[in-house]
Amino acid sequence: MNIGAHYNYWVAIFLMMTGFYVVITHGNLIKKLIGLNLFTTSVFILYISLAKVRGGTAPIIAPGIEVYSNPLPHVLILTAIVVGVATTAVGLALALLIYDRYGTLEEEEIRLKDDSL
Amino acid sequence: MELIIDITLLTFLGLTALAINRIDKLFCVIMLSGIYSLLCASLFVTMDAVDVAFTEAAVGTGIATVLLLSTIGATETEQRSAPRRPLFALLVVCATGAILVYGTMDMPAFGDPNAPIHQHVAPRYVQQSQQEVGSDNIVTSILSSYRGFDTLGETVVIFTAGLSVVGLIGFRGMQKFGDRQRAAGITRDEMEQHLVLRIVIKMFIPLILLFALYVQFHGDFGPGGGFQAGVIFASGFIFYTLMFGLDAAMRVVSPRTLSYIAALGVLLYGGVGIATMLMGGNYLDYDVLRHDPLHGQHLGIFLIELGVGTTVFSVMVLIFFAFSSRKGLRQ
Repeated sequence: MNIGAHYNYWVAIFLMMTGFYVVITHGNLIKKLIGLNLFTTSVFILYISLAKVRGGTAPIIAPGIEVYSNPLPHVLILTAIVVGVATTAVGLALALLIYDRYGTLEEEEIRLKDDSL
Repeated sequence: MELIIDITLLTFLGLTALAINRIDKLFCVIMLSGIYSLLCASLFVTMDAVDVAFTEAAVGTGIATVLLLSTIGATETEQRSAPRRPLFALLVVCATGAILVYGTMDMPAFGDPNAPIHQHVAPRYVQQSQQEVGSDNIVTSILSSYRGFDTLGETVVIFTAGLSVVGLIGFRGMQKFGDRQRAAGITRDEMEQHLVLRIVIKMFIPLILLFALYVQFHGDFGPGGGFQAGVIFASGFIFYTLMFGLDAAMRVVSPRTLSYIAALGVLLYGGVGIATMLMGGNYLDYDVLRHDPLHGQHLGIFLIELGVGTTVFSVMVLIFFAFSSRKGLRQ
């Protein structure tokens, strides 16, 4: 069992779980969205780690280079990053509207206001 | 050496994530998440994913940070509640993590050239994309030619996200931002006193925009393409808005124009597909666009990257406008 062989995957899992923890324990909506971002980024790291080939180089064809890393995960993640920020923006817009209506971003206070209606 | 850099960066990432979890001041958390993205981008470079690193650096450290900051600018800057049931959450997280780590035991080692992921379709992309598509950058070939359908889908998702944000926050309020400011008696921008910043930014903006155009049109040969160029172009605009005010930026390009440009990009992308069908090929089969398949591919990729670039640019700026137009609303 070589530690270097799986270190990337483990850190990706650690980051994913940190994001998960942030999402489920923190009541602040913005903090939750940042936690969700941590979660997404950990998936990106996992995919890019899978694409790496030992001794390979960036997948741009150049004379004299034989080994390239796998370009397919790069494509998937490249688009996922931009889609990710677009969906985060939708989440933030919803948070702004919630703040307008309730005057707070804390989940507990929002729930209390809902109950008192 | 590469392994040491890799492990150091990953460890820093873990520490940053822990700090994000612990800190209550949202401003610090947002700055940390910017640092986190920058570390991620460096990590992607060491793992040969230059295109991805490019995008992450522009999106994560640039646009996401600015959007988060404008949100806390319009709401509140501190988390007031303590973590809820932290021990139970920790238990759940540890259990899930342990199962996932158990799952990695069967995975091929990091960088193993014989891993299943490198056996299926990837060798064809690496060996034949240059003859079939003619672009040096394999990522660009896959993004815009082999998997053009996916990219069309992603572009539509981004367009839809832009529509949703504008729909949620309101188009009219955004357009009337200047009137509201004048009504409130705010005619001068608070940044006007920072003379050095203003002049430096004036010098920087043309360079940023020029670089974005280079990234857009050089995507065939080096790292780059529509997604990155759109984001970089948008950050040039956001830079301008931060310094000279939203009102001035909206006079450069109005929200209405931006919404037309966003739709135009998606239409351009879809239109190329229709054009190829009318010329006798399949949807998004660029071979038929010109007499020579390679020239056809070149033209097709150029056009759809342009479509992606304009959509990404205008949606990002539109979202930013929507967020910053909230600032004057509550006062």
